[in-house]
Parts: sequence; structure tokens; C-alpha cells
Amino acid sequence: MSNDVVIRVEGLGKKYLIGHESERERYLALRDVVMRAGRNAWRKTADMVRGRDIIAGDTVEEFWALKDLHFEIRRGEVVGITGRNGAGKSTLLKILSRITEPSEGRAVIRGRVASLLEVGTGFHPELTGRENIFLNGAILGMTRAEIKRKFDEIVAFAEIEKFLDTPVKRYSSGMYVRLAFAVAAHLEPEILVVDEVLAVGDAEFQKKCLGKMSEVAAGGRTVLFVSHNMATVNRLCQSCFLLDSGRIIASGDAPSVTARYLVSDAGTSAMREWGDAKSRPGDEVARLIRVWVKQNGAISDTVDIRYPVEIGMTYDVLKDGVNLLNSFSFFDAQGTFLFTTGDFSDSDWASPRGAGLYTATCKVPGNVFSETVIRVVAEVATRHPVYHLHVLEYDSVGFQVVDQGLPGSVRGPWGAALGGVMRIMCDWATVPGPGAHPARPDRALSP
Amino acid sequence: MTSLAEGDFESSTEHLLVLEAGRAERHYWRDIWHYRELFAILAWRDVSVRYKQTVIGVAWAVVRPFLTMVVFTIVFGRLARLPTAGTAPYPIMVFVGMLPWFLFSSILSEASNSLIANTNLVGKVYFPRIIIPSATAVVALVDFTINFAMLAGLMIWFAYVPSWRLVFLPLFVVLALCASLGPSLFMTALNVKYRDFRYIIPFIIQFGVYISPVGFSSVIVPEKWRFWYALNPIVGPIDGFRWCLLGAPLNLREFATSCAVIAVLLWLGIAYFRKTERSFADII
Repeated sequence: MSNDVVIRVEGLGKKYLIGHESERERYLALRDVVMRAGRNAWRKTADMVRGRDIIAGDTVEEFWALKDLHFEIRRGEVVGITGRNGAGKSTLLKILSRITEPSEGRAVIRGRVASLLEVGTGFHPELTGRENIFLNGAILGMTRAEIKRKFDEIVAFAEIEKFLDTPVKRYSSGMYVRLAFAVAAHLEPEILVVDEVLAVGDAEFQKKCLGKMSEVAAGGRTVLFVSHNMATVNRLCQSCFLLDSGRIIASGDAPSVTARYLVSDAGTSAMREWGDAKSRPGDEVARLIRVWVKQNGAISDTVDIRYPVEIGMTYDVLKDGVNLLNSFSFFDAQGTFLFTTGDFSDSDWASPRGAGLYTATCKVPGNVFSETVIRVVAEVATRHPVYHLHVLEYDSVGFQVVDQGLPGSVRGPWGAALGGVMRIMCDWATVPGPGAHPARPDRALSP
Repeated sequence: MTSLAEGDFESSTEHLLVLEAGRAERHYWRDIWHYRELFAILAWRDVSVRYKQTVIGVAWAVVRPFLTMVVFTIVFGRLARLPTAGTAPYPIMVFVGMLPWFLFSSILSEASNSLIANTNLVGKVYFPRIIIPSATAVVALVDFTINFAMLAGLMIWFAYVPSWRLVFLPLFVVLALCASLGPSLFMTALNVKYRDFRYIIPFIIQFGVYISPVGFSSVIVPEKWRFWYALNPIVGPIDGFRWCLLGAPLNLREFATSCAVIAVLLWLGIAYFRKTERSFADII
């Protein structure tokens, strides 16, 4: 069983020293500047003599980019590592790919590791595409024979046949990225470490890259994938770590961990409640009490793309005789406004209501949202005499939409990225022959 | 149970890598051998980039030593009337001394900046860092070959027949390479940590050409200074070159001193480089 473990990390930590300019000397006289410069020069010289690193600033502080990490990764697993900027993801990858050494603890790795922390590492602008394939391949750890064997494949993947003997400085940025990724994609290590390299290139190319990644994973190799993009992590990875301030705060199956990420990142969750009457969002007409997301009758911040999602809110109407309309608006992770929906079916939304509690629920059908984080804006508005918002709560709740490629989703068996902000299930039929042509009768099919 | 699993895991003979703070590389030299193709391709890159986009390309490798030779011959040979080594004409004596000197100075200046010039590689991929400064030695060797061809031309011009000891030249080329790599690796590592060394290297080279027997022959150095003079690591290779090409006398005690200094510097350079290379990515 232990033979399955390819990476074991025990108490791993990485410390950096960072310098600060001291605060108290904000307002400086020339004398202070001279004295400080002298003191710093003395300290730096002393550091150099003792062989220590030179840190800019007056005071030096220790900063742990990673602290006390423990985990194991088994052969053939595709593991996602997520977390905010500065959570330590890149530091972890750098340690595992031997670029930097840990300050404490240890990591044991079995097998050849190739890391893709950036595509096009070591590309030289003066060299031609052909020369750069060999250069970049060697830098990534391929042997010359290996590159020769895969050369045609790489060129075809990058679609640069015509420009093979042009210096890459004359390439368009798209060609450059395609060539760079093509070389990287043909690596065959036992363990592949990937940083957000997929954030480059056009949508078409990203699709290709994700397809290649799934292929690598399907080939039984171990992949470590660092990304902010929850949808990609969910699709590619079985399990996932969530890092925060250099520590693992959640690990497990990808959907539940990415949901935690959503919570820690957006500060929202599947259910929000404002207990204290004064802090409730709203005004003297209406105040929001509670907003929630449910799927299959349970509060959940991760929803299956195939099934309906129920969004609800309870609010308190404080004034008699006001016409109220409650609605929800949906935004994706990038902040794209997807759509808005209000309860226009309520026959008396236009007629005055009495004071008291009201609960509104809204069911969004399955196969509508795409695989992303959805943020919900809760709104309660007056229509008459003019449109006026009494409650407007951005990011009231949020949830992660997960598509695991099971039957019943728009994706079907398609493994790569699907673009667009919505996923609508459409009826498709593809048959041989010209079919029943729906053209207008005055416009015949040309022979 | 856990400890048993651990035993299994780590006793496996498969390619196993342990990353730990301050852990010495177990297979350092094997690792470098493993990356020999990267060494070759980086050296080839440096050579090919050097001659691309330069108008007269190879001519630069010709003009610089030629003019230096002319100036040194006029200043030391004609004006100062210093004696030559053995029976060789003064220009040939200068040129033979310049071969190892240029090898030394170009490796020192190129290598010490090489890691900084390749920051993107150091921060993004792993490979034994020593490959980068060592690869610059290949560029210097290409220039050396061009210079050597010039020397052959010069000898034909002066109708000078070199000594039969020419056959030993490869040994002295290796010695010159070792003499260059030791200080270069030391400087490369220091330059990553403390950029001040960037300003020190041109100074060392400028200064070094006058305290090394490039424009003059070692025979003119007074006896009481000889010991200190021999501590200069490039004195040994230059005297060796003149011994095997021009038949000049070689003081064995001094040569041995120089070789010992070269060995110590090479060991120091590699040791310091190895000690610091694991933190390069953090401080570069």
C-alpha cells in the first residue's frame, strides 16, 4: 500500500526574512538619514562578513510562507492546490520541484518530477522556433533523443510549421505561448507539477491545454495542479488542498474543498442570517433577515450542475401599505452579471402589503449556471411611484457549481473546458444527409 | 504501522528524492552528469546567440587580441625594451601569454554575470546551478580556438617553429580552465548574493593583466618577489603555455605553487557554490 505513495511531506516549512523600513523615522532630518545609512551599511557589511543574506530595511522579520505541512499523494492522483494569493501555493510547488529548499521538515518524492511553473521558461528571443524547442525541452528535463522523437508532434500541436525557422522574437504572442505549451505538454514525467499556466492563450488554446492535462492524468501519472480557478480544479482534480497563510486548512474531495475556498475567499456561504435587527441590510421599509441556497432540500454551498438550485430569503417589512418586489441577481466569479429574476408571478406585488415577515423562494432549474462560483445579490424594491431599492445585499450568499461529467449535464463526456457564462441544455440532432431544409420556399438549395 | 510503511517507502530503490533543510546533495556529481545535455545546449545557446546579430561576428574575437598584442609589443617590447621569453619574437611571446589570460578573463566576467542573466531559469526550474556558469566556459573556449588559429598565422608570418613540447598543450589548457573556474564559481555565487561583486570583476581583470605575465615574461620578475608572484593562479598556465610553445624555462617550484593555488581555489569555488546554490532561487 505504501508503494502507492509518491510524495510524502512531513512538517514542511519555509521561512523568508523580510525587511521593514522603521516607522518612527518617517520625518527625517539630514542627520538622521546619514546616521541611518551608516548604520545600515555597517549592518550589511557585518552580514556579508558573516555570510548572511542582505535584507533591505531597518528591522528584519521572519515570515513563514509555509508552516507545518503534512500530506501524502498517491500514484495516479490529480491533486489541486488552491488558496488566495500569498497562501503559499507557489512556495510549495517551488520546494517540490527543487527550486528552493525547505527551512524545516522534509519532503520525500518518488519518481521524476517535471514542473511547469511558467510556459516558455528559457526561451531565447534570438533563437528560432526549432532551436527553442530543443533548448526549452532540455531545460524542462527532456533528453535530446526524446525531443527528436516528439518534434513533429510538438510542431503540429503548436501549429507553427511555417515559422519553424523564424526567431521567436518575431512570433505573435499567441504563437509564442502555443509553442511554449506544446513543448511542456509533451513532457512525460512520473509527477507533473503545474502552476496556473493555463491562464494564458485564447479560449481555443486553453481548451486544448486542459484536454492535454486530462490526458496526462488519465495516463496514470500524478499531477499537482495549482489554480485559483475552481471550475478547472473541480473538473481536473479528485482531491484538493486549501492553503491559507501557509497552512492546509482543508483537504479532501475537490468539490467540498473548493466550496470552503469560496467561503474563505468571498466571505459568503450558503446561508447568511442577520440576527441583530439594527445590522440587517435594508432601510425603514424592509430589512433582510436571512438568505440561503439549497439543493435537494439541504443547505449547500456546492451544487450539482444538473439539478435545480433553490435560493430563498426572509425579510421583515416594517411599514404598512408599500408595494414590494423581491428579486435575485446572479453574478459569476469574474463579476459577469448573468441574469436577474423577480417574483412577478405574485399577483399582488403591485398592491400594498401589510407589515410582517415574508419569505420568498426561487428555483433556478438545473443546467443553467456554468461551472463557477455564483454570487447572489438579494434585492427588495418598491415599484411605485418610482423604482427604489430598499434591500440590496451584494454577495449575500454564494455557491460553487460543480460538473463532474456525469450523465445528465450539458458537458456529457466532453472533458475539456466549456466556455460561456451559462450552460443551457439544448436538444441536438445530427443526422446524415441534407435533412428537411427549413429554408424559405423562394430560396432553393443551390445545386 | 506508520513506521513500517515509512520503512517500505524509503527503502525502495526507485529514484527517490529527499528534500530537507541543509541536506547535502547525495548524488551531486551524478546529477550533473544526468544534466549534461542541458549543459551542451546552454553552451550552444550562448555561442549561437553571441554570433547572431553581430555585424562582423567572429571578427570581434580577432580584433581585440590583435590590438592588445600590438599595444603590448610596442609598450613593453619597443618602449620599455623588456626581454622576451626564450628565442621567440616579442609579439609571439605576448600572444602566447594572452591565450590563457583571455580564457581566464572572459570566463571570469561572463560566468559571474551568467546566473543573474538567467534569473528566469533559476527561479522556475531545477537543474544543478553549476551548469550555467560552466557553460560560459565553452564560449570562451570557442574564442580561444579562434585566437589559437591567429597564433598559428602569426608564427607562419614570423617563420617561427614552436617547440616539440606543443603536444603537452591540452594539459595546460585544462589547467587554465581550472584556474578560471575556481575564482569564477566563487564570484558567481557571491554576485548572486551581493551585487557589489559586479563592480569588482572588471577591476580584477583590469588590474590582473598588469600583475600577470601577459605583456612581459616571468624572467624579469625579481627573485625576492617570486613567491608572492607565483600565488597568482594564472601565472602557472601562462608560464606553462610559454614553456610548451616557445621552449621558455619553467621554474618547477613556482609552477607547483601556482598549481596548488589553482587546486585550492577550485575546491573553494565549488564548495562555496554548492553551499549557496540551494538558496539562489530565494535571493536572486
